[in-house]
Amino acid sequence: MFKPSIHLLNKDIREKNFKNILSLVTFFLFLPALGIIFWLFIKGYPALSWDFLTQDPINGMTAGGIFPTIIGTFWLVIISVLVSCPMGVLAALYLSEYAKDGKLTRIIRLAILNLAGVPSIVHALFGLGAFVLFMNMGTSILAASFTLAVMNLPVIITSTLESLKAVPHSYREASWNVGASRLQTIRYIVLPNSYPGILTGVVFAVGRSAGETAAILFTGVAFYLPFLPSTVFDQCMALSMHLFTISTQVVGVPEAYPFATALVLILLILSVNSIAVGLRTYFRVKRKW
Amino acid sequence: MKKKIEIKNLKVSYGSKVVIKDLSLDIYQNEVIAIIGPANSGKSSLLRCLNRMTDFNNEVKVEGSVLLDGQNIYEEEDSTFLRRRVGMVSPLPVGLPMTIQENVTYAPRMAGCKNKAELDFILEDCLKKAALWDEVKDRLHTLATKLSGGQQQRLTIARALSHHPEVLCLDEFSIAIDPVTTMKIESVLHELKKDMTIVMVTNVINQAKRLGDRTAMMLNGEILDLDENSKLFNGQTKDSRTKDYIEGLFG
Repeated sequence: MFKPSIHLLNKDIREKNFKNILSLVTFFLFLPALGIIFWLFIKGYPALSWDFLTQDPINGMTAGGIFPTIIGTFWLVIISVLVSCPMGVLAALYLSEYAKDGKLTRIIRLAILNLAGVPSIVHALFGLGAFVLFMNMGTSILAASFTLAVMNLPVIITSTLESLKAVPHSYREASWNVGASRLQTIRYIVLPNSYPGILTGVVFAVGRSAGETAAILFTGVAFYLPFLPSTVFDQCMALSMHLFTISTQVVGVPEAYPFATALVLILLILSVNSIAVGLRTYFRVKRKW
Repeated sequence: MKKKIEIKNLKVSYGSKVVIKDLSLDIYQNEVIAIIGPANSGKSSLLRCLNRMTDFNNEVKVEGSVLLDGQNIYEEEDSTFLRRRVGMVSPLPVGLPMTIQENVTYAPRMAGCKNKAELDFILEDCLKKAALWDEVKDRLHTLATKLSGGQQQRLTIARALSHHPEVLCLDEFSIAIDPVTTMKIESVLHELKKDMTIVMVTNVINQAKRLGDRTAMMLNGEILDLDENSKLFNGQTKDSRTKDYIEGLFG
């Protein structure tokens, strides 16, 4: 009576096949990520040294290190994240916790979504017009960081909105029910439970800022500077830009140099990511539902 | 008897859907009033009007007035203080994602209480009243979300008691609790009646009969019947549908 019928056997096989396909696809997605780092390491290894990280580029960028570009990337990433994170999180909090669902908020949401799809070169032109020229910042770290911040705002707003939405409405109601104000509810219930999601958005923003080339091209990053920036109104060099320059614009660069530069850029982003992953696990362990 | 709450010509609508039509009801101090009626008759909406949880839903429109100790609660600018006076237990258990201790002391902490001794007293007192103390006293610092559904429901009750409300609204509090524990909590409610007024929405007609001093029958946003339990449950109903509902013939 309970002998498996042909139909059931077929179903079993399909069930297994489907699972295998899924795991295969996942594996293939994982492969390039690992492959890239592996390849970069193999190719860039000859150039990697302590001096490479701590020296200035010399001989028309065909020798020496990449120190100023690392410093420049740090400047750009930190300032842009400092600007875009508070603004993005506050805007998302307003949209999610305070704004009434009307025509205006729908338009704002739509605008944010669209902004996320604008190509970075367009952001670059916007930054050139708005920050460099109109606000008279000149081509500077500040202008480039602001451009990156504008580019990242929609990303941060969208991911923050998503993670705020993931906090069950019943938690808010339970908190309001016992006489907590809106602000207290946000402070003690909503935010602590959406940190992981917000962090993900920030990490994404950091990665995008560090790797972005087009948006900073017109707004504050130079091909080569013989000195380090001393204020935010100076120009700077950046890893991503440097990578572009030495791999396409300069003749006579040793083959290992661009690979090593790319490896440093990726490891930089990965290390930021892993800090964020650590923080996320910390918050997850602390608060869980 | 002193009137604790006076509801006058209350009309509530969600968008174009009217859920309460022109409802008036007086609730006396220290009484237990039970509200029964089939689904969609506006019972929960009525409760939400009593502590202005309607403020948080942009679609709700409330007309008419609700007077608490003679003061119209809808005229106040800030409703957080009102919610400390009118406690609410929602039908679905919600353990906030923090420890059991933090859950119960959440309301007093939000009200600004920092005294540890006082918080500890509230913690033990409220958990005992909600018949949960014995089960959780050894793990007050574990996450409340790990508790079972029934335990979380009792935690919700403990949390609602923690800010010493003058009026306690219970929206089907026993939905996730076993009969024995329900009886325990019911006897606590009986005690609590001495210091507070209790408004209770229930689908269990016997519970309304056991606990209530008066019972109101709601249907389609109106009160069909409202009378003392001794009369209402002895066949003296104004509307025949109430009698049918109580006897299980309708609804």
